[in-house]
Amino acid sequence: MTLGRNLSWAVFGVVLSMNVHADGATIAQKGAGSVAACQSCHGVAGEGVASAGFPRLAGLGASYLLRQLEAFAEGTRSNAVMMPIAKALSAADRKAVASHYASMPFGATAAMPSSSSAASRGTSAPKVSAVATAESAPAPAVGATLATRGRWSDTLPACEQCHGPGGRGVGADFPPLVGQSAAYLAAQLTAFKSKARPAGPMNLMGVVAQKLSDADVQEVSDYYATLPPGGAR
Amino acid sequence: MMTPRRRLVLGAAVALLLVIVAIGAFDYWGMEAFTQRKLAALRQASPDVSASVSAPSPAAFKDIAGDPPHAELVAPAGAASGARAAFSPPLESQLPSGEFGDVIRRGREIFVDTGRAAPAYVGNSLRCVNCHLDAGRLAGASPLWAAFVSYPAYRSKTKSVSTFQQRLQGCFEYSMNGKAPPPGAPELVALESYAYWLATGATVDPKLAGRGYPALPAPAQGRDYTRGEQVYAANCAFCHGADGAGQRSADGFAVFPPLWGPESFNWGAGMGRINNAAAFIKANMPLGMGGTLTDQQAWDVSLYMNSHERPQDPRYSGSVQNTRSTLHDTDESMYGREVAGKVLGATGAPRPFKPSTVPGR
Repeated sequence: MTLGRNLSWAVFGVVLSMNVHADGATIAQKGAGSVAACQSCHGVAGEGVASAGFPRLAGLGASYLLRQLEAFAEGTRSNAVMMPIAKALSAADRKAVASHYASMPFGATAAMPSSSSAASRGTSAPKVSAVATAESAPAPAVGATLATRGRWSDTLPACEQCHGPGGRGVGADFPPLVGQSAAYLAAQLTAFKSKARPAGPMNLMGVVAQKLSDADVQEVSDYYATLPPGGAR
Repeated sequence: MMTPRRRLVLGAAVALLLVIVAIGAFDYWGMEAFTQRKLAALRQASPDVSASVSAPSPAAFKDIAGDPPHAELVAPAGAASGARAAFSPPLESQLPSGEFGDVIRRGREIFVDTGRAAPAYVGNSLRCVNCHLDAGRLAGASPLWAAFVSYPAYRSKTKSVSTFQQRLQGCFEYSMNGKAPPPGAPELVALESYAYWLATGATVDPKLAGRGYPALPAPAQGRDYTRGEQVYAANCAFCHGADGAGQRSADGFAVFPPLWGPESFNWGAGMGRINNAAAFIKANMPLGMGGTLTDQQAWDVSLYMNSHERPQDPRYSGSVQNTRSTLHDTDESMYGREVAGKVLGATGAPRPFKPSTVPGR
Protein backbone atom coordinates (compact mmCIF):
# COMPACT_ATOMS: atom_id res chain seq x y z
CA MET A 1 0.00 0.00 0.00
CA THR A 2 2.54 2.48 1.24
CA LEU A 3 4.92 1.36 -1.46
CA GLY A 4 2.31 1.86 -4.11
CA ARG A 5 1.41 5.26 -2.80
CA ASN A 6 5.03 6.28 -2.60
CA LEU A 7 5.60 5.04 -6.11
CA SER A 8 2.68 6.96 -7.50
CA TRP A 9 3.92 10.12 -5.77
CA ALA A 10 7.34 9.54 -7.24
CA VAL A 11 5.90 9.06 -10.72
CA PHE A 12 3.79 12.17 -10.24
CA GLY A 13 6.88 14.08 -9.21
CA VAL A 14 8.84 12.95 -12.21
CA VAL A 15 6.01 13.81 -14.58
CA LEU A 16 5.65 17.19 -12.91
CA SER A 17 9.32 18.02 -13.23
CA MET A 18 9.39 16.86 -16.85
CA ASN A 19 6.39 18.99 -17.46
CA VAL A 20 8.01 22.10 -16.03
CA HIS A 21 11.10 21.46 -18.09
CA ALA A 22 9.09 20.85 -21.22
CA ASP A 23 7.19 24.06 -20.67
CA GLY A 24 10.35 26.12 -20.74
CA ALA A 25 11.55 24.39 -23.87
CA THR A 26 8.15 24.73 -25.52
CA ILE A 27 7.99 28.45 -24.87
CA ALA A 28 11.50 28.81 -26.21
CA GLN A 29 10.78 26.83 -29.37
CA LYS A 30 7.12 27.52 -30.08
CA GLY A 31 6.06 30.39 -27.90
CA ALA A 32 3.01 30.50 -25.65
CA GLY A 33 -0.27 32.09 -26.68
CA SER A 34 0.49 35.59 -27.94
CA VAL A 35 4.17 35.18 -27.05
CA ALA A 36 6.46 34.42 -29.95
CA ALA A 37 9.06 31.69 -29.66
CA CYS A 38 12.11 33.02 -27.84
CA GLN A 39 14.37 31.35 -30.37
CA SER A 40 13.05 33.49 -33.19
CA CYS A 41 15.19 36.32 -31.80
CA HIS A 42 17.57 34.56 -29.43
CA GLY A 43 18.55 31.74 -31.78
CA VAL A 44 17.87 28.02 -31.80
CA ALA A 45 20.75 27.37 -29.42
CA GLY A 46 19.99 30.49 -27.39
CA GLU A 47 23.11 32.07 -28.82
CA GLY A 48 21.52 35.43 -29.65
CA VAL A 49 21.87 37.49 -32.78
CA ALA A 50 24.86 39.73 -32.51
CA SER A 51 24.11 41.96 -35.48
CA ALA A 52 20.73 42.86 -33.99
CA GLY A 53 22.05 43.18 -30.45
CA PHE A 54 19.82 40.30 -29.26
CA PRO A 55 21.65 38.72 -26.34
CA ARG A 56 22.75 35.18 -25.77
CA LEU A 57 20.60 33.40 -23.19
CA ALA A 58 22.05 29.89 -23.24
CA GLY A 59 24.03 29.03 -20.16
CA LEU A 60 23.24 32.21 -18.24
CA GLY A 61 22.28 31.86 -14.58
CA ALA A 62 18.68 30.96 -13.82
CA SER A 63 18.17 33.58 -11.15
CA TYR A 64 19.78 36.23 -13.33
CA LEU A 65 17.50 35.38 -16.28
CA LEU A 66 14.44 35.27 -14.07
CA ARG A 67 15.27 38.63 -12.54
CA GLN A 68 15.47 40.12 -16.04
CA LEU A 69 12.13 38.66 -17.12
CA GLU A 70 10.52 39.98 -13.95
CA ALA A 71 12.05 43.40 -14.49
CA PHE A 72 10.67 43.45 -18.06
CA ALA A 73 7.26 42.38 -16.78
CA GLU A 74 7.25 45.08 -14.13
CA GLY A 75 8.55 47.61 -16.62
CA THR A 76 11.61 48.46 -14.54
CA ARG A 77 13.86 47.18 -17.31
CA SER A 78 12.76 48.98 -20.38
CA ASN A 79 12.66 47.27 -23.77
CA ALA A 80 9.84 47.62 -26.29
CA VAL A 81 10.05 43.99 -27.46
CA MET A 82 10.66 42.23 -24.19
CA MET A 83 8.26 44.14 -21.93
CA PRO A 84 5.02 42.86 -23.52
CA ILE A 85 6.45 39.35 -23.88
CA ALA A 86 7.47 39.12 -20.23
CA LYS A 87 4.16 40.56 -19.14
CA ALA A 88 2.21 38.02 -21.18
CA LEU A 89 4.07 35.12 -19.58
CA SER A 90 2.83 33.84 -16.25
CA ALA A 91 5.18 33.88 -13.28
CA ALA A 92 5.55 30.11 -13.67
CA ASP A 93 6.30 30.47 -17.39
CA ARG A 94 8.99 33.03 -16.70
CA LYS A 95 10.58 30.71 -14.20
CA ALA A 96 10.38 27.75 -16.55
CA VAL A 97 11.86 29.57 -19.50
CA ALA A 98 14.64 31.02 -17.34
CA SER A 99 15.53 27.52 -16.09
CA HIS A 100 15.39 26.21 -19.63
CA TYR A 101 17.94 28.67 -20.95
CA ALA A 102 20.09 28.30 -17.85
CA SER A 103 20.34 24.58 -18.53
CA MET A 104 21.37 25.01 -22.16
CA PRO A 105 25.09 24.61 -22.86
CA PHE A 106 26.97 27.87 -23.08
CA GLY A 107 29.24 26.85 -25.91
CA ALA A 108 26.52 25.51 -28.17
CA THR A 109 27.25 27.90 -30.98
CA ALA A 110 29.70 27.13 -33.73
CA ALA A 111 30.50 30.67 -34.71
CA MET A 112 31.38 33.58 -32.51
CA PRO A 113 28.66 36.01 -33.42
CA SER A 114 30.03 38.87 -31.41
CA SER A 115 33.38 39.10 -33.12
CA SER A 116 31.76 39.34 -36.51
CA SER A 117 29.59 42.15 -35.23
CA ALA A 118 32.60 43.96 -33.90
CA ALA A 119 34.29 43.41 -37.24
CA SER A 120 31.36 44.88 -39.10
CA ARG A 121 31.66 47.99 -37.00
CA GLY A 122 35.34 48.21 -37.73
CA THR A 123 36.48 47.56 -34.18
CA SER A 124 37.51 43.99 -34.58
CA ALA A 125 41.20 44.42 -33.85
CA PRO A 126 41.47 42.02 -30.93
CA LYS A 127 42.67 43.82 -27.87
CA VAL A 128 46.00 42.57 -26.74
CA SER A 129 45.77 41.21 -23.25
CA ALA A 130 47.22 43.39 -20.54
CA VAL A 131 49.54 40.61 -19.47
CA ALA A 132 51.11 40.50 -22.88
CA THR A 133 51.41 44.25 -23.22
CA ALA A 134 53.21 44.55 -19.92
CA GLU A 135 56.12 42.95 -21.73
CA SER A 136 56.51 45.63 -24.33
CA ALA A 137 56.18 49.35 -24.19
CA PRO A 138 52.75 50.39 -25.57
CA ALA A 139 50.11 51.32 -23.02
CA PRO A 140 47.63 48.50 -22.43
CA ALA A 141 44.28 48.76 -24.15
CA VAL A 142 41.61 50.45 -22.05
CA GLY A 143 39.11 47.62 -22.48
CA ALA A 144 41.53 44.93 -21.35
CA THR A 145 42.61 47.02 -18.39
CA LEU A 146 39.07 47.69 -17.22
CA ALA A 147 38.20 44.03 -17.64
CA THR A 148 41.19 42.55 -15.83
CA ARG A 149 42.56 45.35 -13.63
CA GLY A 150 39.76 47.84 -13.11
CA ARG A 151 40.57 51.47 -12.37
CA TRP A 152 41.15 51.61 -8.65
CA SER A 153 42.13 55.27 -8.67
CA ASP A 154 38.40 55.61 -9.27
CA THR A 155 37.51 52.71 -6.90
CA LEU A 156 36.38 50.79 -9.95
CA PRO A 157 36.90 47.02 -9.66
CA ALA A 158 37.79 44.95 -12.71
CA CYS A 159 34.84 43.33 -14.52
CA GLU A 160 36.31 39.90 -13.88
CA GLN A 161 36.33 40.42 -10.12
CA CYS A 162 32.60 39.68 -10.23
CA HIS A 163 32.05 38.18 -13.69
CA GLY A 164 34.91 35.74 -13.30
CA PRO A 165 38.10 35.06 -15.24
CA GLY A 166 37.61 35.64 -18.93
CA GLY A 167 34.19 37.15 -18.13
CA ARG A 168 32.77 33.63 -18.10
CA GLY A 169 30.31 34.37 -15.30
CA VAL A 170 29.97 33.20 -11.70
CA GLY A 171 27.11 31.25 -10.20
CA ALA A 172 23.49 31.99 -10.94
CA ASP A 173 23.70 35.74 -10.43
CA PHE A 174 26.79 37.05 -12.24
CA PRO A 175 26.20 36.55 -15.96
CA PRO A 176 28.94 35.78 -18.47
CA LEU A 177 30.03 38.79 -20.51
CA VAL A 178 32.00 36.82 -23.03
CA GLY A 179 29.77 35.42 -25.78
CA GLN A 180 27.67 38.59 -25.90
CA SER A 181 27.97 41.07 -28.71
CA ALA A 182 29.65 44.42 -28.24
CA ALA A 183 26.40 46.09 -29.27
CA TYR A 184 24.45 44.35 -26.53
CA LEU A 185 27.06 44.90 -23.81
CA ALA A 186 27.45 48.57 -24.67
CA ALA A 187 23.69 49.07 -24.72
CA GLN A 188 23.39 47.50 -21.26
CA LEU A 189 26.20 49.53 -19.72
CA THR A 190 24.64 52.66 -21.17
CA ALA A 191 21.24 51.62 -19.81
CA PHE A 192 22.73 51.05 -16.36
CA LYS A 193 24.28 54.47 -16.58
CA SER A 194 21.07 56.20 -17.58
CA LYS A 195 19.06 54.03 -15.18
CA ALA A 196 16.94 52.67 -18.04
CA ARG A 197 17.87 49.26 -16.69
CA PRO A 198 17.71 48.50 -12.96
CA ALA A 199 21.20 48.26 -11.53
CA GLY A 200 20.48 44.88 -9.97
CA PRO A 201 21.20 43.64 -6.48
CA MET A 202 22.96 46.15 -4.24
CA ASN A 203 23.08 48.62 -7.12
CA LEU A 204 26.29 46.88 -8.12
CA MET A 205 26.15 47.75 -11.79
CA GLY A 206 24.79 51.22 -11.14
CA VAL A 207 27.90 52.13 -9.17
CA VAL A 208 30.16 50.63 -11.82
CA ALA A 209 28.44 52.17 -14.84
CA GLN A 210 28.52 55.67 -13.36
CA LYS A 211 32.32 55.48 -13.40
CA LEU A 212 32.55 54.56 -17.09
CA SER A 213 32.85 57.14 -19.84
CA ASP A 214 31.18 56.48 -23.18
CA ALA A 215 34.59 55.56 -24.55
CA ASP A 216 35.17 53.16 -21.64
CA VAL A 217 31.84 51.51 -22.37
CA GLN A 218 32.76 50.96 -26.00
CA GLU A 219 36.27 49.70 -25.25
CA VAL A 220 35.26 47.21 -22.59
CA SER A 221 32.33 45.96 -24.66
CA ASP A 222 34.62 45.40 -27.62
CA TYR A 223 37.09 43.62 -25.38
CA TYR A 224 34.58 41.02 -24.23
CA ALA A 225 32.99 40.68 -27.65
CA THR A 226 36.32 39.68 -29.16
CA LEU A 227 37.42 37.35 -26.37
CA PRO A 228 37.18 33.63 -27.15
CA PRO A 229 34.30 32.24 -25.04
CA GLY A 230 36.00 29.20 -23.58
CA GLY A 231 39.65 29.95 -23.76
CA ALA A 232 41.10 33.15 -22.47
CA ARG A 233 42.64 33.07 -19.09
CA MET B 1 41.45 118.09 3.43
CA MET B 2 40.34 114.86 1.82
CA THR B 3 37.84 114.87 -0.90
CA PRO B 4 34.92 112.46 -0.29
CA ARG B 5 36.20 110.50 -3.26
CA ARG B 6 39.64 110.04 -1.76
CA ARG B 7 38.13 109.07 1.59
CA LEU B 8 36.13 106.37 -0.14
CA VAL B 9 39.19 104.93 -1.86
CA LEU B 10 41.19 104.98 1.37
CA GLY B 11 38.34 103.29 3.25
CA ALA B 12 38.12 100.57 0.68
CA ALA B 13 41.86 100.00 0.82
CA VAL B 14 41.82 99.70 4.62
CA ALA B 15 38.89 97.30 4.47
CA LEU B 16 40.68 95.16 1.92
CA LEU B 17 43.79 95.11 4.10
CA LEU B 18 41.73 93.99 7.09
CA VAL B 19 40.18 91.16 5.11
CA ILE B 20 43.59 89.95 3.96
CA VAL B 21 44.96 90.04 7.49
CA ALA B 22 41.91 88.16 8.79
CA ILE B 23 42.28 85.43 6.17
CA GLY B 24 45.94 85.13 7.00
CA ALA B 25 45.16 84.87 10.68
CA PHE B 26 42.68 82.06 10.07
CA ASP B 27 45.14 80.27 7.89
CA TYR B 28 47.67 80.45 10.65
CA TRP B 29 45.67 79.90 13.82
CA GLY B 30 42.33 78.69 12.58
CA MET B 31 43.66 75.79 10.56
CA GLU B 32 46.05 74.84 13.30
CA ALA B 33 43.24 74.77 15.82
CA PHE B 34 41.24 72.64 13.41
CA THR B 35 44.11 70.21 12.94
CA GLN B 36 44.68 70.04 16.68
CA ARG B 37 41.06 69.09 17.23
CA LYS B 38 41.33 66.40 14.59
CA LEU B 39 44.49 65.00 16.13
CA ALA B 40 42.91 65.03 19.58
CA ALA B 41 39.92 63.16 18.21
CA LEU B 42 42.22 60.64 16.62
CA ARG B 43 44.24 60.17 19.77
CA GLN B 44 41.02 59.51 21.61
CA ALA B 45 39.76 57.02 19.09
CA SER B 46 42.42 54.41 19.68
CA PRO B 47 42.07 53.81 23.45
CA ASP B 48 38.31 53.68 22.95
CA VAL B 49 38.69 50.51 20.95
CA SER B 50 39.94 48.66 23.98
CA ALA B 51 37.81 50.65 26.42
CA SER B 52 34.60 49.60 24.71
CA VAL B 53 35.29 45.92 25.16
CA SER B 54 34.87 44.15 28.43
CA ALA B 55 38.43 43.52 29.56
CA PRO B 56 40.59 46.39 28.43
CA SER B 57 44.26 45.85 28.94
CA PRO B 58 47.27 47.34 27.23
CA ALA B 59 48.20 43.84 26.19
CA ALA B 60 44.86 43.32 24.51
CA PHE B 61 45.35 46.38 22.37
CA LYS B 62 48.90 45.53 21.47
CA ASP B 63 48.28 41.90 20.78
CA ILE B 64 47.40 41.57 17.17
CA ALA B 65 48.05 37.96 16.47
CA GLY B 66 47.38 38.32 12.83
CA ASP B 67 48.87 39.76 9.72
CA PRO B 68 48.95 43.50 9.98
CA PRO B 69 50.98 44.52 12.99
CA HIS B 70 48.98 47.00 15.00
CA ALA B 71 50.93 49.92 13.60
CA GLU B 72 49.27 49.27 10.26
CA LEU B 73 45.96 50.21 11.78
CA VAL B 74 47.12 53.71 12.52
CA ALA B 75 46.17 55.52 9.40
CA PRO B 76 46.13 59.18 8.50
CA ALA B 77 43.10 61.30 9.29
CA GLY B 78 40.54 61.45 6.55
CA ALA B 79 41.62 58.21 4.96
CA ALA B 80 38.30 56.61 5.85
CA SER B 81 36.40 59.27 3.96
CA GLY B 82 38.11 58.31 0.77
CA ALA B 83 41.10 60.63 0.87
CA ARG B 84 43.69 58.07 -0.12
CA ALA B 85 47.39 58.44 0.38
CA ALA B 86 49.55 60.64 -1.75
CA PHE B 87 52.07 57.97 -2.73
CA SER B 88 51.34 56.22 -5.98
CA PRO B 89 53.24 53.16 -7.07
CA PRO B 90 54.60 52.96 -10.63
CA LEU B 91 52.25 51.91 -13.38
CA GLU B 92 52.19 48.31 -14.49
CA SER B 93 53.19 49.49 -17.95
CA GLN B 94 56.41 50.82 -16.42
CA LEU B 95 57.55 47.37 -15.31
CA PRO B 96 61.19 46.93 -16.27
CA SER B 97 62.18 44.36 -18.86
CA GLY B 98 64.94 41.82 -18.45
CA GLU B 99 65.58 39.28 -15.70
CA PHE B 100 64.58 41.51 -12.84
CA GLY B 101 61.37 42.52 -14.60
CA ASP B 102 60.54 38.86 -15.11
CA VAL B 103 60.89 38.15 -11.39
CA ILE B 104 58.75 41.17 -10.52
CA ARG B 105 56.11 39.96 -12.94
CA ARG B 106 56.30 36.53 -11.36
CA GLY B 107 55.73 38.16 -7.97
CA ARG B 108 52.65 39.89 -9.26
CA GLU B 109 51.38 36.61 -10.66
CA ILE B 110 51.80 34.90 -7.28
CA PHE B 111 50.09 37.83 -5.63
CA VAL B 112 46.96 37.71 -7.79
CA ASP B 113 46.72 33.95 -8.37
CA THR B 114 48.42 32.53 -5.31
CA GLY B 115 47.08 29.00 -5.24
CA ARG B 116 48.01 28.33 -8.83
CA ALA B 117 51.33 30.16 -8.87
CA ALA B 118 52.60 28.93 -5.49
CA PRO B 119 50.63 25.73 -4.82
CA ALA B 120 53.25 24.19 -2.55
CA TYR B 121 52.61 26.83 0.09
CA VAL B 122 48.89 27.54 -0.15
CA GLY B 123 46.29 25.52 1.73
CA ASN B 124 43.09 27.38 0.95
CA SER B 125 41.24 29.21 -1.82
CA LEU B 126 42.45 32.69 -0.99
CA ARG B 127 44.74 34.91 -2.99
CA CYS B 128 46.87 37.78 -1.67
CA VAL B 129 44.86 40.19 -3.80
CA ASN B 130 41.62 39.30 -1.97
CA CYS B 131 42.60 41.63 0.87
CA HIS B 132 45.41 43.65 -0.73
CA LEU B 133 43.21 45.12 -3.43
CA ASP B 134 44.36 46.22 -6.86
CA ALA B 135 47.23 43.75 -6.79
CA GLY B 136 48.68 45.34 -3.66
CA ARG B 137 48.56 48.87 -5.01
CA LEU B 138 45.55 50.35 -3.24
CA ALA B 139 46.09 52.70 -0.30
CA GLY B 140 43.93 51.77 2.68
CA ALA B 141 43.89 48.11 1.63
CA SER B 142 47.27 47.15 3.11
CA PRO B 143 49.27 48.14 0.04
CA LEU B 144 52.48 46.23 -0.56
CA TRP B 145 54.52 49.40 -1.12
CA ALA B 146 53.74 50.63 2.39
CA ALA B 147 54.44 47.24 3.94
CA PHE B 148 57.75 47.01 2.11
CA VAL B 149 59.10 50.24 3.64
CA SER B 150 57.89 49.21 7.14
CA TYR B 151 60.21 46.28 7.70
CA PRO B 152 62.27 45.12 9.53
CA ALA B 153 60.01 45.82 12.50
CA TYR B 154 59.37 44.44 15.94
CA ARG B 155 56.15 42.42 16.00
CA SER B 156 54.21 41.57 19.10
CA LYS B 157 52.95 38.50 17.26
CA THR B 158 56.38 36.92 17.01
CA LYS B 159 57.94 38.89 19.87
CA SER B 160 60.91 39.51 17.64
CA VAL B 161 62.08 41.70 14.81
CA SER B 162 60.80 40.38 11.49
CA THR B 163 62.16 41.14 8.06
CA PHE B 164 59.82 41.70 5.15
CA GLN B 165 60.51 38.18 3.93
CA GLN B 166 59.65 36.72 7.33
CA ARG B 167 56.50 38.79 7.27
CA LEU B 168 55.58 37.21 3.94
CA GLN B 169 56.19 33.76 5.43
CA GLY B 170 53.58 34.60 8.07
CA CYS B 171 51.05 35.42 5.34
CA PHE B 172 51.47 31.93 3.88
CA GLU B 173 51.24 30.24 7.26
CA TYR B 174 48.14 32.04 8.51
CA SER B 175 46.24 33.91 5.81
CA MET B 176 46.85 31.24 3.20
CA ASN B 177 46.50 28.47 5.80
CA GLY B 178 49.57 26.98 4.18
CA LYS B 179 53.25 26.49 4.72
CA ALA B 180 55.93 29.14 4.98
CA PRO B 181 58.24 28.99 1.94
CA PRO B 182 61.84 28.52 3.13
CA PRO B 183 63.99 31.65 3.34
CA GLY B 184 65.14 32.64 -0.12
CA ALA B 185 62.51 30.52 -1.86
CA PRO B 186 61.87 31.81 -5.41
CA GLU B 187 58.28 32.60 -4.40
CA LEU B 188 59.45 34.91 -1.61
CA VAL B 189 62.10 36.49 -3.82
CA ALA B 190 59.48 37.19 -6.48
CA LEU B 191 57.00 38.68 -3.99
CA GLU B 192 59.68 40.79 -2.38
CA SER B 193 60.83 42.02 -5.79
CA TYR B 194 57.29 42.97 -6.70
CA ALA B 195 56.83 44.83 -3.40
CA TYR B 196 60.19 46.58 -3.84
CA TRP B 197 59.25 47.70 -7.30
CA LEU B 198 55.84 48.95 -6.15
CA ALA B 199 57.61 50.98 -3.45
CA THR B 200 59.76 52.80 -6.01
CA GLY B 201 60.05 56.36 -4.77
CA ALA B 202 58.48 55.71 -1.35
CA THR B 203 60.23 56.83 1.80
CA VAL B 204 61.39 54.20 4.25
CA ASP B 205 58.76 54.96 6.87
CA PRO B 206 56.46 52.67 8.85
CA LYS B 207 53.95 55.51 9.09
CA LEU B 208 53.62 56.09 5.37
CA ALA B 209 50.12 57.37 4.65
CA GLY B 210 47.92 54.69 3.14
CA ARG B 211 49.51 51.81 5.04
CA GLY B 212 47.22 49.16 6.49
CA TYR B 213 43.60 50.17 6.82
CA PRO B 214 42.22 53.55 7.91
CA ALA B 215 41.64 53.60 11.67
CA LEU B 216 38.03 52.97 12.57
CA PRO B 217 36.49 54.78 15.56
CA ALA B 218 35.20 52.55 18.36
CA PRO B 219 31.69 51.20 17.84
CA ALA B 220 29.09 53.42 19.49
CA GLN B 221 26.88 50.44 20.36
CA GLY B 222 29.47 47.78 21.01
CA ARG B 223 29.42 44.88 18.55
CA ASP B 224 26.49 42.62 18.00
CA TYR B 225 26.24 39.23 16.27
CA THR B 226 22.56 39.53 15.32
CA ARG B 227 22.99 42.98 13.84
CA GLY B 228 26.08 41.68 12.05
CA GLU B 229 24.09 38.81 10.60
CA GLN B 230 21.62 41.28 9.13
CA VAL B 231 24.38 43.44 7.69
CA TYR B 232 25.92 40.33 6.17
CA ALA B 233 22.68 39.17 4.56
CA ALA B 234 22.05 42.58 3.04
CA ASN B 235 25.56 43.52 1.91
CA CYS B 236 27.87 40.52 1.72
CA ALA B 237 25.98 37.30 1.09
CA PHE B 238 25.20 38.06 -2.54
CA CYS B 239 28.87 37.60 -3.41
CA HIS B 240 30.38 35.68 -0.47
CA GLY B 241 27.38 33.36 -0.05
CA ALA B 242 25.05 32.93 2.91
CA ASP B 243 27.40 30.21 4.15
CA GLY B 244 30.51 32.40 3.83
CA ALA B 245 32.08 29.94 1.41
CA GLY B 246 32.45 32.45 -1.40
CA GLN B 247 31.60 31.60 -5.00
CA ARG B 248 33.55 29.82 -7.68
CA SER B 249 33.41 30.01 -11.43
CA ALA B 250 32.29 26.89 -13.27
CA ASP B 251 35.92 25.75 -13.58
CA GLY B 252 36.48 26.06 -9.83
CA PHE B 253 38.29 29.38 -9.53
CA ALA B 254 37.34 31.14 -6.25
CA VAL B 255 36.17 34.45 -7.66
CA PHE B 256 34.57 35.58 -4.38
CA PRO B 257 36.82 34.55 -1.49
CA PRO B 258 35.57 32.30 1.30
CA LEU B 259 35.26 34.31 4.51
CA TRP B 260 35.15 31.38 6.89
CA GLY B 261 35.17 27.59 6.77
CA PRO B 262 37.91 25.21 5.63
CA GLU B 263 38.89 27.20 2.52
CA SER B 264 39.44 30.49 4.34
CA PHE B 265 42.28 31.94 6.47
CA ASN B 266 43.06 30.19 9.74
CA TRP B 267 42.63 31.43 13.30
CA GLY B 268 46.14 32.82 13.36
CA ALA B 269 45.52 35.32 10.55
CA GLY B 270 45.22 39.04 11.06
CA MET B 271 41.81 39.10 9.42
CA GLY B 272 40.60 36.91 12.29
CA ARG B 273 40.93 39.92 14.55
CA ILE B 274 37.66 41.81 14.75
CA ASN B 275 39.29 45.25 14.71
CA ASN B 276 41.45 44.44 11.68
CA ALA B 277 38.58 43.02 9.69
CA ALA B 278 36.24 45.86 10.68
CA ALA B 279 38.73 48.44 9.45
CA PHE B 280 39.26 46.55 6.18
CA ILE B 281 35.53 46.13 5.64
CA LYS B 282 34.71 49.75 6.35
CA ALA B 283 37.30 51.04 3.90
CA ASN B 284 36.95 48.47 1.14
CA MET B 285 33.70 46.50 1.20
CA PRO B 286 31.42 45.89 -0.61
CA LEU B 287 33.96 45.78 -3.41
CA GLY B 288 34.08 49.13 -5.17
CA MET B 289 31.76 50.65 -2.57
CA GLY B 290 34.15 51.18 0.32
CA GLY B 291 32.96 53.63 2.94
CA THR B 292 29.27 52.97 2.33
CA LEU B 293 28.70 50.82 5.42
CA THR B 294 28.47 52.75 8.68
CA ASP B 295 31.23 52.25 11.24
CA GLN B 296 28.74 50.36 13.37
CA GLN B 297 27.80 48.04 10.50
CA ALA B 298 31.47 47.33 9.81
CA TRP B 299 32.08 46.40 13.45
CA ASP B 300 28.98 44.24 13.67
CA VAL B 301 29.61 42.35 10.46
CA SER B 302 33.25 41.83 11.34
CA LEU B 303 32.21 40.21 14.60
CA TYR B 304 29.72 38.08 12.67
CA MET B 305 32.30 36.94 10.12
CA ASN B 306 34.80 36.11 12.83
CA SER B 307 32.25 34.18 14.89
CA HIS B 308 32.39 31.23 12.51
CA GLU B 309 34.64 28.21 12.45
CA ARG B 310 37.82 28.29 10.38
CA PRO B 311 41.01 26.22 10.18
CA GLN B 312 42.90 25.71 13.42
CA ASP B 313 45.64 28.11 14.52
CA PRO B 314 48.89 26.41 13.44
CA ARG B 315 50.35 27.37 16.84
CA TYR B 316 47.65 25.31 18.58
CA SER B 317 49.03 24.10 21.90
CA GLY B 318 46.80 21.08 22.36
CA SER B 319 43.92 22.77 24.12
CA VAL B 320 41.61 25.51 22.95
CA GLN B 321 41.59 27.34 26.26
CA ASN B 322 45.35 27.27 26.54
CA THR B 323 45.75 28.45 22.96
CA ARG B 324 43.27 31.21 23.66
CA SER B 325 45.01 32.38 26.80
CA THR B 326 48.46 32.38 25.23
CA LEU B 327 47.66 33.66 21.73
CA HIS B 328 44.14 35.02 21.61
CA ASP B 329 43.66 36.71 24.96
CA THR B 330 41.91 39.71 23.50
CA ASP B 331 38.37 40.81 22.83
CA GLU B 332 39.37 41.17 19.20
CA SER B 333 39.39 37.39 18.84
CA MET B 334 36.46 35.01 19.09
CA TYR B 335 38.78 32.01 19.20
CA GLY B 336 37.88 29.83 22.19
CA ARG B 337 34.60 31.65 22.73
CA GLU B 338 31.27 29.90 22.57
CA VAL B 339 28.96 30.81 19.70
CA ALA B 340 25.66 29.01 19.15
CA GLY B 341 26.58 26.31 21.62
CA LYS B 342 29.96 25.56 20.06
CA VAL B 343 33.41 26.64 21.18
CA LEU B 344 35.19 28.21 18.22
CA GLY B 345 38.53 26.57 17.55
CA ALA B 346 37.54 23.32 19.27
CA THR B 347 38.37 21.36 16.15
CA GLY B 348 41.42 19.55 17.42
CA ALA B 349 44.94 19.69 16.07
CA PRO B 350 45.60 21.53 12.80
CA ARG B 351 45.00 19.39 9.76
CA PRO B 352 48.11 18.28 7.91
CA PHE B 353 48.99 20.67 5.13
CA LYS B 354 47.64 19.81 1.72
CA PRO B 355 48.98 21.80 -1.22
CA SER B 356 46.46 23.86 -3.11
CA THR B 357 44.61 22.21 -5.92
CA VAL B 358 42.71 25.35 -6.72
CA PRO B 359 42.48 25.73 -10.46
CA GLY B 360 43.93 28.84 -11.96
CA ARG B 361 42.24 31.58 -13.84
